[in-house]
Amino acid sequence: MKLSDINRRKFLKQSGQVLVGFNLLPLAFCTPNEANVMSDFADKGKNAVDSWIRLNPDGKVTVLTGKMELGQGIKAALRQIAAEELDVGMDMVEIVIADTGKTQDERYTAGSNSIEGSGKTIRNAAAEARRILLEKAAGNWNTSPEELSIDKGMISQPGGKSASFWDVLQEKSLEGEITEKAPKKDPKDYKVIGQPVPREDILAMVTGKSLYVQDLRLPGMIHARVMRPPSYGAKLIDFPKEEVEGLPGVIKTVKDGSFLAVLAEREFDAIKGLQRLQMGSRWEEKTLAPPQDELYEKMFNSHDKGDSIEDSLPSNWQERGEILEAAYTRPFQMHGSIGPSCAIAQMENGKLTVWSHTQGVYPMKRTIADLLGMSEDNIRVIGVPGSGCYGHNGADDAGADAALLAAAHPGPPIRVQWMRMDEHSWEPYGSAMAFKMIGIVDSAGNIEAWRTELWSDAHSARPGGKAGHFIAANTLENPRNFEPGGFSAGSYRNAVPLYGFPREIVHHDFSTPLRTSAMRGLGAYGNVFALESFMDELAHKSGADPLEMRLKHLHDERAKEVLEMLAEKINWSSNRKKGNQGWGLAFAKYKNAASYFAVAALVEADPVNKDFKLQKMVGVIDAGQTINLDGLKNQTEGGMIQSASWTLFEEVKYDSQGIVSNTWASYPIMRFSHVPEIEVHVIDRPEEEPLGAGEAAQGPVSAAIANAIFEATGSRLRDLPLKPEQINWDKLQS
Amino acid sequence: MIKDVRLNVNGKEHTLQIDPATPLLYPLRNELELNGPKFGCGLEQCGSCMVLLDGMAEPSCMRTCSSLEGVEIRTIESLADGEKLDPIQEAFIELQAAQCGYCVNGMVISAKSLLEKNPNPADEEIKEGLQRVLCRCGTHSRFIKAVRLAAEKMKSTTL
Ligand code: FES
Ligand code: FES
Repeated sequence: MKLSDINRRKFLKQSGQVLVGFNLLPLAFCTPNEANVMSDFADKGKNAVDSWIRLNPDGKVTVLTGKMELGQGIKAALRQIAAEELDVGMDMVEIVIADTGKTQDERYTAGSNSIEGSGKTIRNAAAEARRILLEKAAGNWNTSPEELSIDKGMISQPGGKSASFWDVLQEKSLEGEITEKAPKKDPKDYKVIGQPVPREDILAMVTGKSLYVQDLRLPGMIHARVMRPPSYGAKLIDFPKEEVEGLPGVIKTVKDGSFLAVLAEREFDAIKGLQRLQMGSRWEEKTLAPPQDELYEKMFNSHDKGDSIEDSLPSNWQERGEILEAAYTRPFQMHGSIGPSCAIAQMENGKLTVWSHTQGVYPMKRTIADLLGMSEDNIRVIGVPGSGCYGHNGADDAGADAALLAAAHPGPPIRVQWMRMDEHSWEPYGSAMAFKMIGIVDSAGNIEAWRTELWSDAHSARPGGKAGHFIAANTLENPRNFEPGGFSAGSYRNAVPLYGFPREIVHHDFSTPLRTSAMRGLGAYGNVFALESFMDELAHKSGADPLEMRLKHLHDERAKEVLEMLAEKINWSSNRKKGNQGWGLAFAKYKNAASYFAVAALVEADPVNKDFKLQKMVGVIDAGQTINLDGLKNQTEGGMIQSASWTLFEEVKYDSQGIVSNTWASYPIMRFSHVPEIEVHVIDRPEEEPLGAGEAAQGPVSAAIANAIFEATGSRLRDLPLKPEQINWDKLQS
Repeated sequence: MIKDVRLNVNGKEHTLQIDPATPLLYPLRNELELNGPKFGCGLEQCGSCMVLLDGMAEPSCMRTCSSLEGVEIRTIESLADGEKLDPIQEAFIELQAAQCGYCVNGMVISAKSLLEKNPNPADEEIKEGLQRVLCRCGTHSRFIKAVRLAAEKMKSTTL
């Protein structure tokens, strides 16, 4: 199936593409000089088949995606889709991820939409490639494409000729437009999609061979540390320049306004330089207001009218029965990536290359162009995986730091590694939120009216082209200021119940003192916590079974089914409460448009020690057509544990001087001792569209835990994180 | 301040010219080009940088090089014997125990140290053995299962 060397060379000449010998992280090994050679790459645009799928001369198929591997296993899932539609073995399919020099602009890898977006395009491109190949072969053999079949990259005629894709192409590249009309496989015939395909990168991880951006060592690379201001908005007065530059190994310091960094040959020398800067620099600081203990009060009492997101309440709704009210809060929480952000940048002959674990290589390119006043044509951003990010963490900011330093010190590749405190103190957090819920329920458990009023800061402040979104840019001599965008939909994500009852949802934009942006699920985490906790409160108030009450108000069969399956798995009706143990459940359809997820939590109270333990969680997910069964389970389990950690342990603390939660000691997350038993069940629907699943668990888990705590202890906890101190233990003892 | 420091890493003696106060993690990653141990906090709080020091899993981000002369240092790169993986590595692959994988070094090294001392750990002991290592992706339950599976694999090979 492979081309001979001579043929290969000819092939390359004709196709004008250099795609030989890519492995999973192709550009990680690129020498810096190669990195800037983009002439081989002819961008044919989004509609060209070979912008997404290429047949390599070495007998492999390369899939190109603008999406980034974030630990969610997207590479395996996209390879599966291509292998399925093209009828080639998984071992023949390689993938190239986010690189502005090679892949299409697919904006961000976020919002659980990689399979729905990139996956769909790759499926169309593969189907188109299949059609082209079949037509070519049919033409060669004077038959019709319908007569031919494909297996493992071989096209054959029943009882007749056969040829590989490569023979059929005859050293030409695969060319054509994606028409979306090429026949796609019937899901009934799937052999690869839906299977638990192992991820190839795990072998590299367990042998220490994996390559994260933190691991790249480019020839001649030097190390940088940025001295972040001691708090938001602080201005640099002076710093011990001579002293730091006199330290062994230090190349120089870079200062632009209040942006301050040290460059050194060796990494530890840069760290020592940073420590010296931290001790010896002087800053003029601002205070943060309002203080943390007044924040929610300020939200609840804000005087703006808010925006009505939906209103179907009849005018006389208040007369329909007793009005129940409850207020809930969600604190600032952090992404808390285990590997602090890192980037490498190199400026050579006016061309800049940045290696970054950003979620959006193209938006980053645009924003860096704005930051440095450069033409986008002279910038290339290469995506290299980092530690899991779960949204907009420090990745882009580290990229901007590196770009600024490369501009100030052209020549060598410069590696910027954030320290732990940088990531904890400067990443944009998931916004604090407050909720006022009002409901009326009759004695039969029918909800007559519902009203949600919520307050939140922005859930998206990604650098989409404006340099002010980089923290470094705010501190320059000629600062670029942050301009908040008009996007507030993230705040009320999942605030509108999927349940059918009259309701009104009001959203208030509230500007908090902390930096906030997109974190897994955006507002859905807080909104579902409030919504699904309040559903439980209404059920208990009316004496209805919380499961029955949910089912009664749902009109979507798939929603009901996840709940029903869940109830069966945990034997809800007979197990709901036993002694000091209680099960709580919750449900959401993420974004009201993606995966359906129902979850139950089992909490055991320990009245003697005034403590409780999350023992177990069981989840049921319907993500439509399952691409990679094991990948879907893995990601869902992960989301459940992460959300349990947010729910039980996490709150970013600040005081007037700045962020207090600056290490894992002051911002603890869940460790093994608290990890519950986890079970995930999948409802596969091969006939349906695949739905985004990565964020489905975040919201429901929080409410399921709160509802379980209520079953186990009789106390209703409404303020995240849910702590044993909030429980009325006297109630339990009596 | 640059001095000769002798380190025994993965069975080989290395003489490095570095500041002896440098934490072990940096020369492992930079001078010796071992990417296994990761930087996570530099504060001995997260376990990303775990290595085996005389067989015990320990963070390498604060221990100075000078304090480790004469200590047998092993990194995750040394667990496999050529193509032949350690049962822990096999178990992690079999159960697909990773998401982003950044914490996997700490998990594997901690498991190695645990199973060496206690070849038959109960789940609570596994949790204790991995307690120092943080995972943000929530892969914990798979890590626990993988260590359990590794223990079984080791038993069946020694029988
Ligand atoms: S990096 Fe060493 S424990 Fe975190
Ligand atoms: S798998 Fe990502 S931190 Fe553990």
